[in-house]
Amino acid sequence: MPLKNRAKEIDIAEETQIRPFTMNFGPQHPAAHGVLRLVLEMEGEIVERADPHIGLLHRGTEKLIEYKTYTQALPYFDRLDYVCPMNQEHVFALATEKLLGIGVPKRGQYIRVLFAELGRILNHILNITTFALDVGAITPALWGFEEREKAMEFYERVCGARLHANYFRPGGVSQDLPAGLLDDMMEWCEDLPKFLADLESLLTNNRIFKQRTVDIGVVSERDALDWGFSGPMLRGSGVVWDLRKSQPYDSYEEFDFDVPVGKTGDCYARYLVRMAEMYESIKIMKQAIENMPDGDCRVSDYKVCPPPRAEMKSSMEAMIHHFKLYTEGFHVPEGETYTAVEAPKGEFGVYLVSDGSNKPYRCRIRAPGFAHLQALDFMSKGHQLADTVSIIGSLDIVFGEIDR
Amino acid sequence: MIDDALKDLADYITEQLEGAVSGYEFFKDELVLNARRDDIVKILYFLRDDKECGFQILVDVCGADYPEREADQAGGRFDVVYTLLSMRHNHRVRVKIQAGETTLVPTVTGVYSSAGWFEREVWDMYGVLFSGNPDLRRILTDYGFEGHPQRKDFPLTGYVELRYDEELKRVVYEPVELMQDFRKFDYLSPWEAMTDVQLPGDEKAMKPAHGWHATDKKVGEGR
Repeated sequence: MPLKNRAKEIDIAEETQIRPFTMNFGPQHPAAHGVLRLVLEMEGEIVERADPHIGLLHRGTEKLIEYKTYTQALPYFDRLDYVCPMNQEHVFALATEKLLGIGVPKRGQYIRVLFAELGRILNHILNITTFALDVGAITPALWGFEEREKAMEFYERVCGARLHANYFRPGGVSQDLPAGLLDDMMEWCEDLPKFLADLESLLTNNRIFKQRTVDIGVVSERDALDWGFSGPMLRGSGVVWDLRKSQPYDSYEEFDFDVPVGKTGDCYARYLVRMAEMYESIKIMKQAIENMPDGDCRVSDYKVCPPPRAEMKSSMEAMIHHFKLYTEGFHVPEGETYTAVEAPKGEFGVYLVSDGSNKPYRCRIRAPGFAHLQALDFMSKGHQLADTVSIIGSLDIVFGEIDR
Repeated sequence: MIDDALKDLADYITEQLEGAVSGYEFFKDELVLNARRDDIVKILYFLRDDKECGFQILVDVCGADYPEREADQAGGRFDVVYTLLSMRHNHRVRVKIQAGETTLVPTVTGVYSSAGWFEREVWDMYGVLFSGNPDLRRILTDYGFEGHPQRKDFPLTGYVELRYDEELKRVVYEPVELMQDFRKFDYLSPWEAMTDVQLPGDEKAMKPAHGWHATDKKVGEGR
């Protein structure tokens, strides 16, 4: 006999009929990866509809940037996806350079590639370990954060800050690498595969991990395109697409690396893609360190990049340039551009409109996580509540960039 | 260095969608199609499904505010910009339409599912209305927020601030009270705009291409 009829028979009052059940998930929940508020409509343990409420971390970055010079706008990008700050700066620097019509010296480009890949490893370590934490494994997080700490020391040595770097600038990078940094980074790159192998041994064939992720949140190739996916989310569904290969920026075309692609489009495939991407990133970092060219790390045009400090002490011109750059900033010719980079989470783009003044007229930030989180509703439909947590973990969301 | 293939594509699209796409322009090497607002759904269907185009991914929808266009009846003060990506041909294209505060823009959620939240954000930030969007709620601002913060006439500080009230034991909203006036420094150099202008008393310098017409004839003579 159907359950409904039986309930009537044994005369249960109407009020105790609790279906469909609406449940509030977050915004303060460890598996919500920040401040995600999720309103779930449940049919028993099955999710009928997931309605993410975002914006709890909205700081109006795009509006603020309209009131700042290009130099002042750059640090806001660190605060978007705070897991891999330099990758965000990269896109703004590239967009500004495009509007200015300037190139970057080879050494500057290689340094950027080196640190962009370091950012990718930082991001993927955090994502994989916290994802594992969500589905019940605590050890990866303990191990992973140690490696992240080492990587962030490189950030600190190169720019003085562990997180909010403000290192990539339009025209290059803010300062050259300190002595000995490349050797230490090389050593770290040599050691990292050992850690990754340990991490893999904990997860890849782990029965619990596989039960929680295999066949969960399957996205077909068609759906992935329809929902505007990018990065590992897209590659997990079997689409071979990487902006570093197809639309290379900053001499990525000179590096030899592969683009790992998943086959099944589920949470497990996305985990595997991220894992494999870290090995590729190490490959790129090693190449960048070995082939690091000599020369300037930023353009020598003092209208865009400040003159060296030593020169400022003796040269009047240099002094004036420095003063003008840090008060008025530089003027960017009228125009607009959409520039995108392959950030660790996917395609991170900036639509920059300049009206010829020293401040951006409009700076639209296209965050990959925004499009991914939007698809949570269709991905979690019909799954159990616990699977929603797996899916959120595999989406790799960080609210700094989604809420902006 | 405009890509020839992209130029051909632009010609092809404007020819195929005559009337709907009023023209195209290039910013650096990026293609921008200027389109009619009411035809946006038709245009995106074409761009997605046509073999020559194959723009399968809607990367972004965003707004931009140009208040000085307000009086212009034809368009409206806002731009709505659709950024598309074609993986097959490795091209990007932007489709630009104009919208006003009260005009309706047809939703493109039927063409690309990803448009849903992007349109919600444009509505939230600029107040552009999308007709047919099944879920046009605010997305980034607070529950019960009023106004559209990305408009150029919306102050950077906003109108309300909130704090936790110890007596009422809840969060209260109050009008923004600034400890000092909002300061917006004008660092623009007065000389910046004058580089191609003939300054009075500086007639011995080269005659510029344009500007300073008062003594134009005198300066021009004998040179």
